[in-house]
Amino acid sequence: MRTPNTVLGAAGLATFLALGEAVPRLGLVSADYFPPPSRIAGALGDELGDGAFWSALRDTLTGWVIGLGIASGAGILCGLLIAVVPFLRQATSSTIEFLRPIPSVALIPLAVLLYGSELRSVLLLVVYASFWQVLVQVLYGVQDLDPVADETARSYGLGTWARVRHVMWPTALPYVMTGIRLAAAVALVLAITAELVIGAPGLGSLIAVAQASQAVPQMYALVTVTGVLGLLINLGARAVERRALAWHQSVRGETVL
Amino acid sequence: MLDIRGLRKTYQGSGRQVEAVRDLTFTVKAGELVCLVGPSGCGKTTLLKCMGGLLSPTSGEVLLDGVPVTGPPPGMAIVFQEYGRSLFPWMRVAENVELPLKEKGTPKAKRRELVTDALRSVGLPDAADAYPWQLSGGMQQRVAIARALAYEPQVLLMDEPFAAVDAQTRADLEDLVRLLWQERGITVLFVTHDIDEAVYLGERVVVLSASPTVVQDELYIDLPDERDQLHTRVSPRFTELRTHVYEQIQAAKRAARADASALSAAPDGDGRPAG
Amino acid sequence: MKALTRQVLFAVGLPAVLLGLWWAASDASTDPFWPPLRTILRTFPSVWTGERLRSDVVPSVLRLAAGYVLAGLAGVGLGTLIGSRRGVRAFCEPVLEFLRAVPPPVLVPVIMLFAGIGDTMKIVVIASGCVWPVLLNTVEGVRAVDSVMLETARSYHIGGVGRLRHLVLPSASPQIVAGLRQALSIGIILMVISEMFAANNGIGFTVVQFQRSFAIPDMWTGILLLGLLGFLLSVAFHFAERRVLGWYHGLRASTRRS
Repeated sequence: MRTPNTVLGAAGLATFLALGEAVPRLGLVSADYFPPPSRIAGALGDELGDGAFWSALRDTLTGWVIGLGIASGAGILCGLLIAVVPFLRQATSSTIEFLRPIPSVALIPLAVLLYGSELRSVLLLVVYASFWQVLVQVLYGVQDLDPVADETARSYGLGTWARVRHVMWPTALPYVMTGIRLAAAVALVLAITAELVIGAPGLGSLIAVAQASQAVPQMYALVTVTGVLGLLINLGARAVERRALAWHQSVRGETVL
Repeated sequence: MLDIRGLRKTYQGSGRQVEAVRDLTFTVKAGELVCLVGPSGCGKTTLLKCMGGLLSPTSGEVLLDGVPVTGPPPGMAIVFQEYGRSLFPWMRVAENVELPLKEKGTPKAKRRELVTDALRSVGLPDAADAYPWQLSGGMQQRVAIARALAYEPQVLLMDEPFAAVDAQTRADLEDLVRLLWQERGITVLFVTHDIDEAVYLGERVVVLSASPTVVQDELYIDLPDERDQLHTRVSPRFTELRTHVYEQIQAAKRAARADASALSAAPDGDGRPAG
Repeated sequence: MKALTRQVLFAVGLPAVLLGLWWAASDASTDPFWPPLRTILRTFPSVWTGERLRSDVVPSVLRLAAGYVLAGLAGVGLGTLIGSRRGVRAFCEPVLEFLRAVPPPVLVPVIMLFAGIGDTMKIVVIASGCVWPVLLNTVEGVRAVDSVMLETARSYHIGGVGRLRHLVLPSASPQIVAGLRQALSIGIILMVISEMFAANNGIGFTVVQFQRSFAIPDMWTGILLLGLLGFLLSVAFHFAERRVLGWYHGLRASTRRS
């Protein structure tokens, strides 16, 4: 009888926690550097009771959601604009290929100079990194456009805006959702990074403080929180994607490179 | 050469047991070209996979040269229907044909000889450096056949190999199979749903019933050895034979429908079966 | 020739226009944070001399390479093992999904605890961030090998190492390469972060030093250099990918045509 996947998964998680508990206690690694999960859970409990934690969480999520919103909006607008204006695709292609791989972390010193440790320095990094995720996916989506559908729309006298709304947008929608999903993950990473390195308010800066004051279990607890946050965002984004596309027959079996 | 005795295969499907193959018993003599034909869903592919050692039967056995088949036996090669999913797209044609020989440990010079010879036999002497996806469907299937030939098998199993190919190409490929069979004396077991193809190709045709499958009928094809697409297919004997096979298959389908409705008949309030 | 000229014009056109705008807009600038482009470009060679390249750029790139290669080997190796059996996959999946969801830069303070601030720390950080996309993509790629191909291999007695080398890994390679691509971006980020956070040499370290000492044009040259590095690595990856996955692109093109 095949053991169902959920049971195996739960067993895996339990084994992982059990090992985490056993290895430091047995002295195989130093408990100072690798506290057992029980101790981390204790620290986590303390954190959850601490107001500073919750306001940090709120700060992180604020930066994340605003940055993601701006990046998505800008990405979709630019993507559609490039798609609609005839020669823009070719004209912008090299620029996109050059700007896209620039690591947003390169902008950290600039952000520090301009905005110090305010929210805006977080947004600078988040928006820059997430924008490309959305833009690239929108361009893929528009590329997938069925020329027959477009021609049909044109022949029925649909103007540009109508064509965008009725032909281009539905085709691009699955890609837009993928782009937002990818951007959501990237946005979290950059938000936490900005907080960690620049000291903007949020979970990242709490982690930096914990590290500096050698509060090891607390640091691990905060890291776990960021992991859970990342997981929730991934799962949530996938769920939204599925729901929004429940009606959409998307035929892409290709690997997204 | 090939001995199938009492082959039975059941599956666990959505909570209930499905008997795909009930009882198959027949033999294939060395050097024969036998065609297996039957209605859709009659477990032809299951049978072929059991013979090829890719599936274990629930009961019964398959004997190759007297030796029971428990896994893919050496000396047997299979040509699958989906050539696009059977040839490796990251390898060129020659590399695809060569791979089983490499794994077998055949020395390099001999390998090259076998590959060149096989590609020439299937009519693709110049395709060695192409990638499979650069070729048409018919040519890809030829490559798959070449791969099987180069392996120098005693038995060749072919699972509806020409179902996914257009009619004219199919005709060419059918003739190719007969030619290769005559030239090399391999035992060939050819599974198909196309009755005309089965009668045209085979020395013997085994007709399978619908699921749960048993052997419905076996008949010898007493057409001349030299066959061609144009004349053989319009000969009166061909028509007789294909009509006979067709009738057998229709009978099989009717029987299956009767069984099915008997099974699903729940007596109504007045005891009469539904439908 | 005309088509080629057109292509080149398009490729160079917008960047040239943007650079021109930047030059013009910043030329008269007295804002300390936005020095004229002319100044930045002039400062570039004096900042990134041969010596600094050796003492900062090379170590950075080498650390990145070491971490990346480590992550690649571990990711593909473990991923193949895990991906081959449904049971192992299901067992590992929740833990792996959680570990991969942790934002990689967060690993820097954690790893710093026991690895100090030297080269080892940075390589470990880069490797631990890069491994996840490679691992998870390899698992997915290995899982999804075509069943007909697997049966073909079985019927021809292609097993063990041969099967791995000739079937499983090539079949999974598009997925694996996609994972390696994501890992490259993460690796660059981690390289920079680990150097900004705690280091005594490296590109990230140098740029932060400039920012702290308000050597703004120098800082900008550092930003440009990082951008250039990101771009060059991306181009190199693109060419390597075209070679390794040439068959895959050909296959997709032919199925799209039909």
